[in-house]
Amino acid sequence: MKVLIAVAEVAEVEDDFEIDGLAIDDRYLNYDLNEWDDYAVEAGVQIQEAGDDVEVVSVTIGPERADETIRMALAKGVDRSIRVWDDELESVDYLDSETKADVLAAVVEEEQPDLVLTGVQSDDTAFGATGVSLADEIGFEWAAVVNHLEYEPGSETASVHRELEGGVEELTDVELPAVLTIQTGINEPRYASLRGIRQAQSKEIAPKTLDELGLDASVTESAVTLTQLYEPETESDATLFEGGPDEEASQLADLLRDKGVVEG
Amino acid sequence: MTVLAIAEHRRGDLRDASFELITAGRDLADSIGGDLHVAVIGGEVGAFADELDREGVDAIHTVAEGEEFNHDVYTQAVEALYDEVAPDVLLMPNTVNGLDYAPAVANGLSLPLVTDAIDVDYGDTLDVTREMYGSKVETVVEVDADRVAISIRPGEWPPAEGTGDADVREFDVDIDESAVRSTVTGFQEVGGGDVDITDAEVLVSVGRGIEEEENIALVEELADTLGATLSSSRPIVDNGWLPKNRQVGQSGKVVTPEVYIAIGISGAVQHVAGMKGAETIVAINTDSSAPIYDLADYGIVDDLFEVVPALIEAFGGDPPDV
Ligand SMILES: Cc1cc2nc3c(=O)[nH]c(=O)nc-3n(C[C@H](O)[C@H](O)[C@H](O)COP(=O)(O)OP(=O)(O)OC[C@H]3O[C@@H](n4cnc5c(N)ncnc54)[C@H](O)[C@@H]3O)c2cc1C
Repeated sequence: MKVLIAVAEVAEVEDDFEIDGLAIDDRYLNYDLNEWDDYAVEAGVQIQEAGDDVEVVSVTIGPERADETIRMALAKGVDRSIRVWDDELESVDYLDSETKADVLAAVVEEEQPDLVLTGVQSDDTAFGATGVSLADEIGFEWAAVVNHLEYEPGSETASVHRELEGGVEELTDVELPAVLTIQTGINEPRYASLRGIRQAQSKEIAPKTLDELGLDASVTESAVTLTQLYEPETESDATLFEGGPDEEASQLADLLRDKGVVEG
Repeated sequence: MTVLAIAEHRRGDLRDASFELITAGRDLADSIGGDLHVAVIGGEVGAFADELDREGVDAIHTVAEGEEFNHDVYTQAVEALYDEVAPDVLLMPNTVNGLDYAPAVANGLSLPLVTDAIDVDYGDTLDVTREMYGSKVETVVEVDADRVAISIRPGEWPPAEGTGDADVREFDVDIDESAVRSTVTGFQEVGGGDVDITDAEVLVSVGRGIEEEENIALVEELADTLGATLSSSRPIVDNGWLPKNRQVGQSGKVVTPEVYIAIGISGAVQHVAGMKGAETIVAINTDSSAPIYDLADYGIVDDLFEVVPALIEAFGGDPPDV
């Protein structure tokens, strides 16, 4: 069987940053594997380890820079990778979940996986919609916000827990082929071993263009355009204690005494 | 111009998000002079309809299919209702269940979808405000389409009140059972155990700023010194450093202590959902623009590894070496 994992590289913003037009100035961005996808990779690799003949393939929509992040997934046990990018995708400022789902659907068409794993959301845009949009697009069953997965490689059903609000989980059986969006905490993502990192160097990262996937530029057309990006006005009316750690701690201590948290 | 909002319920109760959707939907319908329709799918739909009949709701559609949420049923029901009502805007909640069906509905109906909206403005254009990069920036996206699906963030609109006189209509939908390929088999409560953080009057809460498991000892010592209870944000629990019953937030516990000390916690929306009701909020965080400062009453913009030991010492305690 085959498991396809959608792996995104996301930008993290430094504490202090500047905005340049409709984006954060690149100087203040650090790129990393999307937190949720790290758990999806682990879930995929665990299925691979539990069965014979399970191939785990990752797919990323992103520029060449993302190869570094993809290598991390390869080092953790993903067998091979696909990275989709071209000038058309490059020219779009705001890839919405519909475009991502359409691109991923073309990859699913080529790869014919039995199971697709994605993160619940990506840390940067936080649309939280790509996995389920993809499932609908390709006619797979799905489950969103999965924090527990029981699946025997080759089996036709996966039993999952969906983490609802307020400490309640929903228990659901999902027929395969399916897309599962993976929640953090579902497992303990492994660190890449030195051996894994070495092996990853020789694993394939296959670049693909929209054209090679049988898609044309119309897939990037979107009714949704970014028109403003700004730092929200601070609503903070917090009293800030100042003067170095000791002084600050002593002011907070006074406050806690005043509030009766600690006596004396 | 019509807005159709899809209510949410769980285990016999309508969820707050349903009434917030009514407020958001009414605002939107008013801005262009239109009707607000609400739909409720599954469970005791009759009783739900009575409750949903708040001021400003023009029509309520009840779909008696199933007891609890099943996304295959919801997707079919909402798509059928969409054909019936022909709304310009379809509103769904950006809850965990919303995450599980809204994208499928939007895709099935070929509607552009904007998720997790914190504001929606219908002027010359339809502008939706949302956040990016863990709430560090806000964005406005313009939707250039006649019809659109929007999921709205829980807790951003006040719940609708007052009694309305909506027209309640039963809506029959022929569910294609062969397309129902997921089965909800039950629910499970998690996070029980030794300590109930919802009882605590003072919570010392630790987040990812603590960096390493060993360093938890530092905040534990602070909690002991203050006679407080230790709680945390999600990554601490995800890493297995504290048990699930200590997690504050949307998927953890909702707490309302007298004092909540957030240490190395950024204040992500899902965390805030669990602690915004605390009487006094103190934040210790190196990043002065962290969203936690929007709620905090008091703050120390400094390194927790210096402030927390100093605080323990201020009460005569002995901070552990970390
Ligand atoms: C469906 C869903 C449900 C979720 N449910 C929950 C939930 O119930 N509860 C929850 O908490 N989260 C939940 N989350 C996750 C949430 O989105 C955030 O990822 C999480 O709250 C971040 O935790 P944090 O603030 O500890 O970490 P971060 O966001 O990484 O913040 C760490 C903070 O520590 C500060 N810091 C770093 N070093 C220091 C230092 N030396 N001294 C002082 N400060 C420092 C940083 O400036 C930063 O602000 C959920 C997410 C999803 C998608």
